[in-house]
Amino acid sequence: MRKVLVANRGEIARRIIRTLKAEGIAAVAVYSEADKDMPFVHEADEAVLIGPPPVPQSYLNVEAILAAARQTGADGVHPGYGLLSENAAFAERCREAGLVFIGPAPDVIAKMGDKVTAREIMRRAGVPVVPGCEGTLADAEEAVARAREIGYPVMLKASAGGGGIGMQVVNNDEDLRQAFQSARGRAKAYFGNDAMFLEKYVQNPHHIEVQIAADHHGQILHILERECSIQRRHQKVLEESPSPFLDEQTRQRICQAAVEAARAVGYTGVGTVEFIVDEAKTFYFLEMNTRLQVEHPVTEEITGLDLVKLQLDIARNEPLRLRQEEIQAHRHAIEVRICAEDPNTFLPSPGRIEEYRPPQVEHVRIDDGVEAGIQVTPYYDPMIAKVIASGETREKAAARLSDALKAFYISGIKTNIPFLLEVLDDPVFRAGTYTTHFVQNRKKAQHGS
Amino acid sequence: MTMKKVTANMAGTVINLLVKAGDSVQAGQDVIVLESMKMEVPIQSEAAGTVTDVKVNIGDFVNDGDVLVVLE
Repeated sequence: MRKVLVANRGEIARRIIRTLKAEGIAAVAVYSEADKDMPFVHEADEAVLIGPPPVPQSYLNVEAILAAARQTGADGVHPGYGLLSENAAFAERCREAGLVFIGPAPDVIAKMGDKVTAREIMRRAGVPVVPGCEGTLADAEEAVARAREIGYPVMLKASAGGGGIGMQVVNNDEDLRQAFQSARGRAKAYFGNDAMFLEKYVQNPHHIEVQIAADHHGQILHILERECSIQRRHQKVLEESPSPFLDEQTRQRICQAAVEAARAVGYTGVGTVEFIVDEAKTFYFLEMNTRLQVEHPVTEEITGLDLVKLQLDIARNEPLRLRQEEIQAHRHAIEVRICAEDPNTFLPSPGRIEEYRPPQVEHVRIDDGVEAGIQVTPYYDPMIAKVIASGETREKAAARLSDALKAFYISGIKTNIPFLLEVLDDPVFRAGTYTTHFVQNRKKAQHGS
Repeated sequence: MTMKKVTANMAGTVINLLVKAGDSVQAGQDVIVLESMKMEVPIQSEAAGTVTDVKVNIGDFVNDGDVLVVLE
């Protein structure tokens, strides 16, 4: 690979370009009319305008992206996360166009993108899945029958779902009959696929994911876990590693299960296996993300590895030059996502960034996609920067992160920094005993007092 | 009869119109759905009344404070 097109935008495009340059690979950015002044566009070696601001006409416009690759003579495509990164048809089109798609094979993306298929593959491979129905549900009455077998409460989910859309906790037959039709309608509208299934609802769960890397020579490594339980509306707010919840024995077992999951689907590349873990530390496969994660820097900061470089190495057919026992957590790292949103109402806050002064704090890494004078538009995700702090202990990492956030000066738009500082200061966060109900419980406590 | 206005509380794209001229709405009822930064935000009418004018169409881009619906 001599020239790679980055089919993404913002902070992740910039992050990928950084490693491409370090590897001596030319970087091609593609951008929409709304993004022409963004740093990733001028930091790339070449940049191609692919369309107007709405994503269907630009960042999801496969024809325009492939034309940009042809025009610039790129020989590889890095999809980043979100957008086309888990689109099997796009991966296939890249392959047909003679481009190296930096990710797993199209059929692996397709299998893991369908939650019912993914569950079935894992169940057969002996990877624990949440108790639930096998296959999809024909109608509301079948859902009721299956729910009675599993036992309430149950979680109703869309097979093609993501981001919490089409997902609902249900407590009884009557609620399930009602929820089934509306959830199915939403799944159809959002994903063009109305296949639904049921899982047992796990009480007070933790979301813990395991980073894996698999080469084309049969070696699969896990690169430890990330604790991602602090979420709002199924969107992660803070991620850290090592998880304060796992004991060493469970950590070994969950990481091994992730390796088995990757093996079961014939995975190649860098990927993430997500698990849901209950109070008794019993873990179940949730889904596999067949791409780089937003929170990958957490893993990079504790291990010293560059995950984008690993992706490139694997795509170049090189063997992983690492042994499992060499992968160790040398530090503790915590990441938060800074979003252009009102910290009280959580409503989006697009606008022009007047002043932008990221802090310079030792052991604090900032992956951002903006600078002063940039217009944060309403067309894309509200995340503008990630702040990742590390230290020899969890307390040191948290204290550095807090210092960095207090010193981060952004004007012109509202950001969630005040909310992130409250999270870091919360006794439940400090104790490391939080579950996915953390944000919700905080809100309840505030209203109650 | 006094005029009442429903305004946008953020910049975004109109993705759904839930009322049309002539409809009567309750206070607190959703009348328009906006989308911004991948988030759907329903906009409510603070007052009850009859819709006299819907000022926007699906796909329109609106700014914080723009009038969406007029009631009386």
